[in-house]
Amino acid sequence: MRFFEHEARQIVEAAGIPVTKYGFCTSAEQARRAAEEIGGPVVIKSQVLSGGRMKAGGVKFADTPEEAAAHAADILELEINGHMPRGVLVDPKAEVKQEYYASVVWDGTAKRPLMLFSDMGGIDIEEVAESHPDHVGRGHVSNLRPIFDFEAKQVVAATGVTGSQLNRATPILAKLARLFRDNDMTLAEINPLAELADGSFVALDAHMEMENEAVGRQKGLLRRRLEIAEDDTRETYEPSDFERHVAAIDAADHRGVIQGKDHGFEGNLGLVIGAGGGSLTLTDAVRSQGGKPANYSEIGGNPSVAKACGLAKEVLEKDGVEKIAVMMSIVSNTRVDIVARGVIKACLELGKDPGETIAIFRIPGAWEDEGFKILERYGVESCDRSVSLWEAAGRAVAKIQGATA
Amino acid sequence: MSILLDKETTFIVQGITGREAVNLTRECLDYGSKVVGGVTPGRKGREVHGVPVFDTVAQAVENHGGQIDGSVVTVPPAFTKDAVLEAIENGIKLIVIVTERIPRRDVAQMVELADLRGARIIGPNCLGLIVPEVCKMGGIGGPAKDAAKAYAPGPVGVMSRSGGMTTEISSSLTQAGLGVSTAVSIGGDAIIGSTYAELMPYFEADEQTEAIVIYTEPGGRMEAQLSAWVKENDSRLPIIAFMAGKFMDDEEMKGMSFGHAGTIVEGVEDTATEKIARLEAAGIPVVERIDEIPNAVKQKLEASA
Repeated sequence: MRFFEHEARQIVEAAGIPVTKYGFCTSAEQARRAAEEIGGPVVIKSQVLSGGRMKAGGVKFADTPEEAAAHAADILELEINGHMPRGVLVDPKAEVKQEYYASVVWDGTAKRPLMLFSDMGGIDIEEVAESHPDHVGRGHVSNLRPIFDFEAKQVVAATGVTGSQLNRATPILAKLARLFRDNDMTLAEINPLAELADGSFVALDAHMEMENEAVGRQKGLLRRRLEIAEDDTRETYEPSDFERHVAAIDAADHRGVIQGKDHGFEGNLGLVIGAGGGSLTLTDAVRSQGGKPANYSEIGGNPSVAKACGLAKEVLEKDGVEKIAVMMSIVSNTRVDIVARGVIKACLELGKDPGETIAIFRIPGAWEDEGFKILERYGVESCDRSVSLWEAAGRAVAKIQGATA
Repeated sequence: MSILLDKETTFIVQGITGREAVNLTRECLDYGSKVVGGVTPGRKGREVHGVPVFDTVAQAVENHGGQIDGSVVTVPPAFTKDAVLEAIENGIKLIVIVTERIPRRDVAQMVELADLRGARIIGPNCLGLIVPEVCKMGGIGGPAKDAAKAYAPGPVGVMSRSGGMTTEISSSLTQAGLGVSTAVSIGGDAIIGSTYAELMPYFEADEQTEAIVIYTEPGGRMEAQLSAWVKENDSRLPIIAFMAGKFMDDEEMKGMSFGHAGTIVEGVEDTATEKIARLEAAGIPVVERIDEIPNAVKQKLEASA
């Protein structure tokens, strides 16, 4: 789950990391007042979950409250990469002596959080790591022990930073590591971490992401502190009708799991496929053989006939879908006959001939003999494990190409 | 022989009274595994297919009268960490975590304690492991008669980030007359207890194993870790890889994950294209089609014979 900058700012502040006196505003008038309160030059930043704000004109500077209000009015109306802003952040234009970088991410290989620090802040850390590796400090922290300040100090010192800068940066990095771990973040980044003219350090911009699996147990932060609504899921794109319908069918019945996605797919071959790895393999196999999937889907955990039927119907009702391919890797839990009955029912309810509509049915495994018998009765081509996932996908593609030719 | 598991291995099932766990227990017993107890807090005194149920792991160990080798953990995500820590602190050395949707912090904590105690975790979000015609630990392969159809003994070690594809690939190796030494469903999450590279030394030490097949997906760095391991260790085992989810490299799919939580791409190195290049640079061929795996293995075996 991604956070807007103003939320990330609150998270950082709550962890005891110094920030500037900022204001989150949803109107030009609020922005004017925020600028007045700050006093002096300010920067107005679009609150949008998208990179490239600066380039798109979503970040502007103002010397007076009136100018701040005018910029806020513009930015509030400015769409960036398909996203409208939720508001603007009004921030004092800080007099920065030096920019640093601090972040914590997961290192999946070491299976520990990894602290990163650089005295070359404000730019892309991957570039710094490549061009100036000696300016990037790294250090893992334990998942079980408390995180100690000295661990952060070692990381800062590795970049050559010393003096009061070392002593100011150390607790900030340690606090960032603690907030990363305590709040189930997958990314906690302060860039730039600024040293101001008076020698103090503040987080000028922060970027936070929380693990989706942990959203349920972080209600205190999400609902109470940040007041984020339960249905505000921050997906990278708006779910389509197909995606919402499939999710509703899945939620209505606890037996088995179905999922459907069609963002980025616009072909004529509907896919009723499973499970996790099988769906990935099959989607590739269809595309590599010249097929055009209309969607991605997953069936797993032994769904009911109604659920399998529901998914197949949703796929069949998508614009441009001519046939469906029903394919899975060998199943041991999901029953072949139940899926077979579900997809046949879907065809019949839509007034379609299953034998014509189902390009191929390739699900080997539990209750396959019963399933294949039902399919045979309706003239549906079925195959067992002797036909590979690749070949099954190829047969489906050949059929739909034959039909459209 | 085999890795991690043999016919003498004893294990318990934590969460044994759950619907899926009851089935899994039946399947493991039918396949010849030694399930010596189960744990569900508050259900002490019951039996599941003749297996005694206890409130704590310590009670199960006491009842068994000695150390228990393993545990299959199938409890809800919010309780998994506690169950696994309990198993580790009661001397269990091999833990299969079936549960999915566990936050990374919890997984990392379990793994760190396991490392301190010399225990090994397989999963989470996996189906376990199987030694064909000997025993299985977890739901891998399904009911005993289905598992028998897909898994015959042979020289190929299988490691897969997808539980279903572990069986699909093993079945193709069985059909091709090759067979499997041990197949491990390693789990589909971003952080897992045992990666390819961490299991390689076990296969390396197993006389029966002569080749390795891995099934992989976008997301994470464990293929890079395997590539590095292969370069650093003069392994006797040829490896064949298959990469699923190549469509996820498309521009429109950016930021999305498919299939498993671990397919979330968090950097350029995590993409299918990059991984394929990295594996091939390490001398690990990545077959384009899933059905090319058995022949690719045969060629490698003939070349090394």
